[in-house]
Parts: sequence; structure tokens; C-alpha cells
Amino acid sequence: MSSYLRPTELDEALRALSGGGLTIVAGGTDFYPAHVGKPVDEDILDVTAIRGLRGIEKREDHWFVGATTTWTDLVRADLPGWFRSWKMAACEVGGVQIQNAGTMVGNVCNASPAADGTPCLVAMDASVRLASLAGERDVPVAEFVTGNRRTTRRPDEMVLGLVVPDIETDATSTFLKLGARKYLVISIAMIAAILEPAADGTVGRCRIAVGSCSEVARRLPDLEAALAGRKIEKGLADIVTGDHLAVLSPIDDVRGTGDYRRDAALTLVRRALAELTDI
Amino acid sequence: MSISFTLNGKSVSTAAGPVRRLAHVLRDDLGQTGTKVGCDAGDCGACTVLLDGEQVCACMVPVAQADGRDVVTVEGLASSDGRLTDLQRAFHEYGAAQCGICTPGMLMAAADLFKRNGTPSEEDILDAMGGVLCRCTGYRKIVDAVKHVVQPNSVDFTNPEAGAAMGARALKTDGLQKLDGTEIYGADRAPADALWLRTVRSPHASATFTLGDFSALHAKHPGLVRVFTAADVTGKNGYGVYPQVKDQPAFADGEVRFKGETVVALVGSHDAVYGIRDEEVPIHYELRAPIFGFDAALAEDAHRIHENHEQNILAHGYVKKGEAADAMKGADVVVEDSFATGFVEHAYIEPEAGWARRVGDRLEMTVSTQAPYMDRDEVASILGIANEDVRIIPTACGGGFGGKLDLGVHPALAVAAWHLNRPVRCTWNRIESMAASTKRHPSRITARYGCTKDGDLVAYEMTGDFNTGAYVSWGLTVKDRVPVHATGPYFVPHVEAKTRAVFTNETPAGAFRGFGIPQAAIAHDTLMDMMAETIGMDPLEFRLRNAIRKGQETATGQRLDYSAGLDQCLEALRAPWQKARAAADDFNAKSDGVKRRGVGVGCMWYGCGNTSLSNPSTMQVGLAPDGTVTLYSGAQDIGQGTNTTMVQVAADGLGIRMDQVKLVWGDTDLTEDAGKSSASRQAYVSGRAAMMAGEDLRAQILRLANVGDDADIEFGAGKLVVRDGDAVREIDLSELPADKKEGNVLLGQATFDPPATMLDELGQGDPYGTYGFGAQVAEVEVDTELGTVKVLHVWAAHDVGAAINPLQVEGQIHGGVAQGLGLALMEEYFPGRTENLHDYLIPTFGDVPPIDVYLIEDPEPTGPYGAKGIGEPALIPTPPAIFGAIYHATGVRMKRAPATPDRVRAAILAAKGGKS
Repeated sequence: MSSYLRPTELDEALRALSGGGLTIVAGGTDFYPAHVGKPVDEDILDVTAIRGLRGIEKREDHWFVGATTTWTDLVRADLPGWFRSWKMAACEVGGVQIQNAGTMVGNVCNASPAADGTPCLVAMDASVRLASLAGERDVPVAEFVTGNRRTTRRPDEMVLGLVVPDIETDATSTFLKLGARKYLVISIAMIAAILEPAADGTVGRCRIAVGSCSEVARRLPDLEAALAGRKIEKGLADIVTGDHLAVLSPIDDVRGTGDYRRDAALTLVRRALAELTDI
Repeated sequence: MSISFTLNGKSVSTAAGPVRRLAHVLRDDLGQTGTKVGCDAGDCGACTVLLDGEQVCACMVPVAQADGRDVVTVEGLASSDGRLTDLQRAFHEYGAAQCGICTPGMLMAAADLFKRNGTPSEEDILDAMGGVLCRCTGYRKIVDAVKHVVQPNSVDFTNPEAGAAMGARALKTDGLQKLDGTEIYGADRAPADALWLRTVRSPHASATFTLGDFSALHAKHPGLVRVFTAADVTGKNGYGVYPQVKDQPAFADGEVRFKGETVVALVGSHDAVYGIRDEEVPIHYELRAPIFGFDAALAEDAHRIHENHEQNILAHGYVKKGEAADAMKGADVVVEDSFATGFVEHAYIEPEAGWARRVGDRLEMTVSTQAPYMDRDEVASILGIANEDVRIIPTACGGGFGGKLDLGVHPALAVAAWHLNRPVRCTWNRIESMAASTKRHPSRITARYGCTKDGDLVAYEMTGDFNTGAYVSWGLTVKDRVPVHATGPYFVPHVEAKTRAVFTNETPAGAFRGFGIPQAAIAHDTLMDMMAETIGMDPLEFRLRNAIRKGQETATGQRLDYSAGLDQCLEALRAPWQKARAAADDFNAKSDGVKRRGVGVGCMWYGCGNTSLSNPSTMQVGLAPDGTVTLYSGAQDIGQGTNTTMVQVAADGLGIRMDQVKLVWGDTDLTEDAGKSSASRQAYVSGRAAMMAGEDLRAQILRLANVGDDADIEFGAGKLVVRDGDAVREIDLSELPADKKEGNVLLGQATFDPPATMLDELGQGDPYGTYGFGAQVAEVEVDTELGTVKVLHVWAAHDVGAAINPLQVEGQIHGGVAQGLGLALMEEYFPGRTENLHDYLIPTFGDVPPIDVYLIEDPEPTGPYGAKGIGEPALIPTPPAIFGAIYHATGVRMKRAPATPDRVRAAILAAKGGKS
């Protein structure tokens, strides 16, 4: 028989986790679908009642997004414009029902290759903040998620929230998701891109991540390097080539072939860039 | 630990385990079954409730998280005196609820929207409600209903006067209970002491197995009452939809032939049977290589899936008219191609569910079904008792589309309740519903069409294989229906069509809206487009030229004397077709080539009722001593509206207002056999019987009053007043012997069996009493770089003979278009890989475009007031219309359904001669 713990204090949660063997539940939007027709016999730690874990706030040089902050919280939050890509992703996660219950942290911890939030986090160079009785540590999302349903979270740890480095320039961002229907669709491929212009009208920094085309959302370092310093103008997206996407390793599945994913990702990267640079 | 929350304004508390899903606690512990469970995975939204004023899927909320919070369900929408909200009323008036299983979720999502936004745009509506799936309506009526709340329109529905029900936009007689959560579906009620039954299914597609000793299982799980196996079947351990074919075992007996097949059933307390993992049950499998797909099944060295079927061929179908091969040589133009489709899942939002109990030496089963009488006879055969000793009490059916014609929960429930002499209930979860229920037959078709350079069809030749999966189910119907309809709704002098139904170790393929005709329509209508292009004729005009007309003979030699309105359908579509084609060409001329638009047309025909087989319906209309008129209808309403249309035609037959007719439906002890809700036969066949039963009662009354045929009857409390000219007769009903069924004093009864003849060895004969005809035009936009296809608009013209209820007919057409769109663009079931509603995609709110409906009424004299069927016809022309539109947009012919983005993109790249 499973146990169910729903503490209000973080200490209690961490003490419980120190024994290991707990399954953490927040919004439940990944936990329950994995239990259709299967008994729940895990010991559960429900983190949703823990004080102080919900909300988005600016802290010095970064933004902190608490572990129980929902997609809807993100969409409704008053945030700088460059959060747009993540907010766009939030609106594409399931239906509003899922957005009202599901959390961004849960989305990362579930570690699906098709997690809509992960490309945004990877593009933003976000980290997860893990806590245990031994203390806290920050791990970049790109290192935290190691594969399909795999993360580096230790059994005695829980994620307190996401650390998103601030951007001081007037950065813009976008998110493009490709699916075979309008709503409630698992991504075939998706792109998150953030463009930070330099003062001289060139690309200061452009960060681009691709999801659903590898086990973990991947940045495109060669393309990012190629873009840096270039003038922001119409047609910039034309420099993108298939070689820039060589880091991806898309697979064949029921949603599409690997070849198609690679081809579509190229189109989406170009479109994302065109959207940010056609000014 | 008790969990307390506010439910619809009242404090409630529950001792439920904290991890239990809120949806289940609401339903099972608190008795609030208005909240429906479709998937338990957040994929369908049927369980949507408001939690602290925000919509959530109650299937994914641990009940612990509801503690101290405010929960509103559909039961909390209407005011305490039962007055419906504007939103609920709008759903009723717009026909926004068909089967009604998604309606509570829809209403709650809309309620959430209105909390935040009093004047939502269409986009706001779609975004807010996009998390709820509907399989019946095609969403457009729902959008209209929500818009009505924002900006009320005059609503064109009626409560018709006596004699004027036929053709009226009458509201559903069973509509209100679908809006306030009181409708009862298969999983909603069972006696409190009912045991639960859970099926243990084969995880393997092909294996032999032995069962071990269950004593350890019992010892570990004391709440387990009994494990049922093939050895417990007291009658025939086999079932199937044909009287002569009972090949699918109630419980597999030493061998399994597809993944998901029933092996044993666990019966006991809820927690016991759901707490047992399948791996704990001692079933020892010996695997063998499964046969997947046509080539493997037909291979020389393939093992026989059924010993009595060589080469794994279930049966052949054949139609031959004239000499097609010879005639083809004389055609100016011959086009040939091959087409393929995959498994398609019905994806009704209500999984299979019901309960059963033994009453003396009878078995009673309350169950969601499309076919109460067939269920009755099948259950009786499995138990080895007389048909009359089984009573089927259908619940409201939360969607069927063909998938609830075959037995679902029935066999195991019947066996368990019979042996235990206790009520037993069972609700399939979404995964087992998808793994175990039937599918649309995958097909591969190769066909040649020939015409003259002037555009007259000369000959059609077709061969088609249909994958019927592991068991026969409706395979014989598909292999027969396809050759009959193979040419499409055109006059073709020479035809040769051959089909095979082939066994594989895949999910049984059965009945799904169209019985193989949608697959065949992709072939014939794509070839029609190819011929039209070759001879330089407009695709719509080419079809109109060849549309089969009255006086012409079909491929089976059946002369159509009446009701063949395809030409009128196409004429109705000509103006929108021409306008849309021109607009698409204009768009493309101005486009950068990435987004391209196209417009296509598809045509269909479909024989209403069983193919060359008797399929009678019997209806009764009773008159009680107190004056109550009751229609006893065995026609099962599966959302399509027979509970309304049967009342309409019976009321008009009798000459009474619809709302004066009480309806008793479905229960096999209380109604006569009205056949299955399949083959688009209920409006036509049962409707005719209902009309005649009303007329029969009227004739009896007139005889009793000794007046002429034109007399008026006034139905009053306990009496009738009959007026014939100046003569006025009053009949005191209490003076008549109440010796008819259920204490009625009079009982009108009628049976109708559509005229049909057997097909000979060349497939010649008159297989149907009438045919539905239709044509649709689809406008699409293709993103040529991504391969995505968005359908922008559909114009649908259908000859329904006469629309009994235009509101319901529009609903059928909208829903058919949506399912056709799904078949064309996104739906393909892969056994074992897409057993859920997030890997298997059906259209959502944002995928179904506006649909303009044109009702063509070319009356069918054997139908009720001229009516014939529309349920299946509505789906059939959509896929070829969309494929034609993709071609118009891109120059690429899609020959495999669904045309998913990767396939469309691959075709575009191939047409360009390589990668971009």
C-alpha cells in the first residue's frame, strides 16, 4: 500500500526524501497518465502544499520560478518581453486544464524528449535548483536532463525551482511548435529562440534550441556562432543550413520519421529566425 | 484522514485515499456521476471540473489536493430549482450535445472561459475549450452555442404542432439530461454490492498459453472473489456478429491471436482487482511469430491464424457487370493507381462499460451498446440459455460509430454474474478500449478507371485487400460492401471488383462508419480526378456528367427508380466550388509558394441497411387507459438522435404532438427488435416502422370510432375525441380492456424490412432498399515546407431523401466531416503503440473548419416520409475531397491515408525530384 505525504514545510519534505524511494507529484499531469490501468503502489510526496514554492520573482541577476508554479501562472505573470517564447510554449501544453495544474518544474523532471518547456529553458540557459538535507545545488537544464525520462536528480533531492538568468537588453524570443493537430498535441519538432541585439544593430547573442529532435532538447552552437555579429535584417534566416542541425538525432516514431523531423526543424529554425529578424 | 472540500456549494468530506483521482472520488464515492471519465490521462477533457474557479481534469487531481478548496461540476451549473444556465440552454437549442458524453467537460470549460472573459472571440472560445475532445459533433455546433451566449441569435428550432414533426428542427427528447449531468451512461450506475471485473489481456499478438494455479493470487489478494477463464463458459465460447460465425472467444482458450485479447477476468472488490498487477496472474505464454500486415498474412509459409482458413483469407467479395477488361481497351483514357489506409479507431469518448446480474434463470445486463437485440442473442449463446432469458437494458451510449456493435464488456460480465449470482460491473479503461475494441479495416486497393475523351465513364476494375485482424467481426460485410460500391456513385457500364478479407494477428477490424466504403472512395474519387485532369474537364462537372441517375443501373444491376440525388448535390455545390477554386488560384498566384491553397471534391453513395440480408425493425405505439401514448422503440440512440427522430415520425403517423409521446427505448424486455444502430439504417428502416406503427394505432382508433380515414383525433386525459366532419365521437379509454402490452388499451405495431435481394455469384442483385448520396467540397491550405494541411472550409451536400430533423442531420454531417478529416489527415492506429488519445490523434476544436450544409431531399418512397440514412454517408466523401484539395494546392497526389505532415512533405519532396 502506498503512502502519501503532503507537507507544508520544505524541511519536512526534505527529511522524507532523505530516506529515498519517494515519487514526487505536483500537478499530476504526467503521474496519472502513467498509471492508467495500473495500481498506484508508490510512496508519494505531494509538493503542492509546501509554502513558498509557487510564483515567479526577480532576484538580483536572475528570475526564480518556484517548483509549484503552473503554466497558467507563467502565462499570467508580468514578465519582460523575452519570456515570450516560454509563455508561447505554456499555451501549447495540453489544454487549459493541463496548464492550470501542470508545473514547469514537473515538465522538466518528467524529462520527455517532447517536453514543450525544455527547449525554452535550454535556450534561456536556465538551471534547476535542487535541494536536499545536504544543501542546494544548481544544475543547468541541459545537463540535468540526460535522456528520455532520465535526470540527474538524486532520490534524496527535490527541485525547488528554476533559475533563469536575466537579460538586460531588449531581447525578443519566439517558440514554434509543429504537431499534427491544433490542440492537445505532442510536438513533432519545436524551436525556442531568443535574440539579443547588440547596440550596433547586429546580433549580440542568439540562442536557439530544438526539441523533439533528440533525447534532450539541443542548442545549435554552430548556428549561434554564425549568427553572432551579423546585421539584424531581413534574410538573415537564409544563412541557416542543414549542417547547423547536425547535432540533432531525430528518431522515427508514430508522429513522423527522423528525416522529416530534421527537415521540418530546419524550416522551423529559419522561420523562428525570420520572425525575430524581419524588422 | 478525511478530505473535505466544497462541492457545488456544499461541504463534503471523504475518507478516500489521498492519491485517488478526484474524478473517481466524485463518481464512485460521492455519487456525482455527471463528471465523465474518458481516458484518465488528461487527453480528452471529459472530466473537466472547476477547482477554485479554474478548469482542471479531475482525472489527474489527487483528491488530497482538493482539500479545503472549491469544486464545481456539471451538477452545479444549473440553479437549485433546476433552471438551466444560458449556456446549457444554448447547447440544447444548437444541437451541441449529440451522445453527450463530452458535454459536461465542454460546459465546464466554457464556464471557465466565461468567468474570465464575458465577450470571447471565436479564437478565445477555441483556446479555452481546446482541451476537450468531442467525437460526434465536429465542434461547430458547440462553438455556435457558446457564441450564442455571447451574442444571442434567433434560434431556429421548433416544438412542432401535431402532424408537423416531420422535417422540424425539433430539440432532442433526451437532450436535457445530457446537459445537467443526470444522463446515465454505461459506467454511471451499478448496485452498491456489485463486484468489479477487470480483464487480464494478452500482452502478445500470437501465443499459446497455459493457466497456472490461482490459489497464491487469492491468498495474496483476499478481496479477489474468483478468476474466470474459458473453462467457465457454460455455452459457446465464441461470439461474432454473424449467426453462422462465432469465432472470437469470450475467453481465449489456450491461444491468443492479438495483443489485448481477453485471457482471464478478475472479479472481486474494486481495490482487489485493480490492485493486482497483470504479471501476478499465472499465465504462461509460449510465443510464436505474429503475423502483421497483408504480405506476412498472405505469404506462402505463413501459419494459419484460423485452422479453417487457408492462406489466412477469410473470404472473397466479387461484383462483375459487363466485361470490364475488354471495355477498358476501348477507353480513350485509362488511369490506374494504388491506395492504402491504416487502422482507424472509433475513439468514442465513453469507454465500454456496464453491469450484469442474474435474476433467477435469467441474465440482465445494463450496458452501453449500439445493438441491444444482437447483444441479447450473443450473451444467451455464451451462457447457453434461451435468447428470451437474457435482458439487455441499454444505457445512454457515449458514442459508438460502429465500435459498440461487437460485444465489449458483455462476455466476461455475463459469465461472472451468472456463476456468482451477484451483480458484477466492469468499465474498460482507455487503453483496453483501444487495444480490444474493433477498428476500421486497413486497406490496400489497386484500381483502374477508364473513360472516353468526352468524359463518359467506360469501365472500372478494382482489387482490394482488407485486414480484418484476428477475428471475423464485420469482415464479411466489408468485403461485400466494397465491391458493390467500388465505382463510386457513378454510372459505369462495365465493372469488375474483387476483394479479400485477410486475417492477421492485429486488432480485429469491424464496423466503422462506412464499412470499407470510405477506403474505397479514396481510390475511386482520386481516379475520377485523374481522369478529369487528363481529358481537361472540371472535376466537379466530370462527376456531375457521370453521376448515377434514376433509371440507371448500379454495378450490381440494381435499377435506381427513386431517390438518387447526387446530381442535385453537385449542382448545389457548383457555385461554392467555382468560387473557392478561383479564390485558391488567386491566393496561390499571390503566394510566395510556401503556403498554397487548394479545393477538392468528393462524392459518395451508400446502401442503407444490411447488404442483401433481411434487417427488419419492429416498432410499437401504445395507448394507455389514462391517455398516455408510448412509443416502444428498440432503435438505440448512440447520439445520432433516434430517440428524437423515432418520436417525430411515430407522432406524425399517429397525428399527435411529439411532446405528448412518452418514449420507452432499448430495453429488450420492453421493446421489439429494431435491429442495430448501424448501416445508416435506423432513420430509414426503424423510422419507417415507427411511422407505420403510429399509423396503425391511428387506424385502430378510427376503426373503433367507426369514422373515416380523414378524421381528427384529440388525445385527452383518459379519453379520445374523434371528429369526422360533423360527427364527434368520444372514446372513454377506461372502458376498454387494458389487455395489451404494459396495460395499454390499444397497441399499434409495424415491421419494416427494406426490399433487397441476394447477390448472385457475379454480385448481381438488388442489395439495398435505397442509397444515400452526397458530395463535399473541401478547401485546404498546405504548408509546403512542413507538409501540414489545414482544412479551411467544407461544403457538404447530401441527399437524405427527406430530413426528419434538419438539426440532427446537420449534426450527423458535421460529425462525419470531422471523422473524415481525421481519417484523411491524422488518424492511424498502430496496435500496441497508440493505445491512448495522445498518440492516437483525432481532430480537436481547432481542426474542424466551418461547414456549410446543403440538404438535398429526393424522396425515397420506402422511407418514412421519404427519409433515408445519413450517419455513414457524411464521412465518406471528406477524405477524397481533402486529397483532391491537396493535389490542387501542391500537385501532389496523396495515396495513403492519413496524409500526415511527414507523408505530405515526403511527397512534395519526391515530386521535386529530391530533397530541398
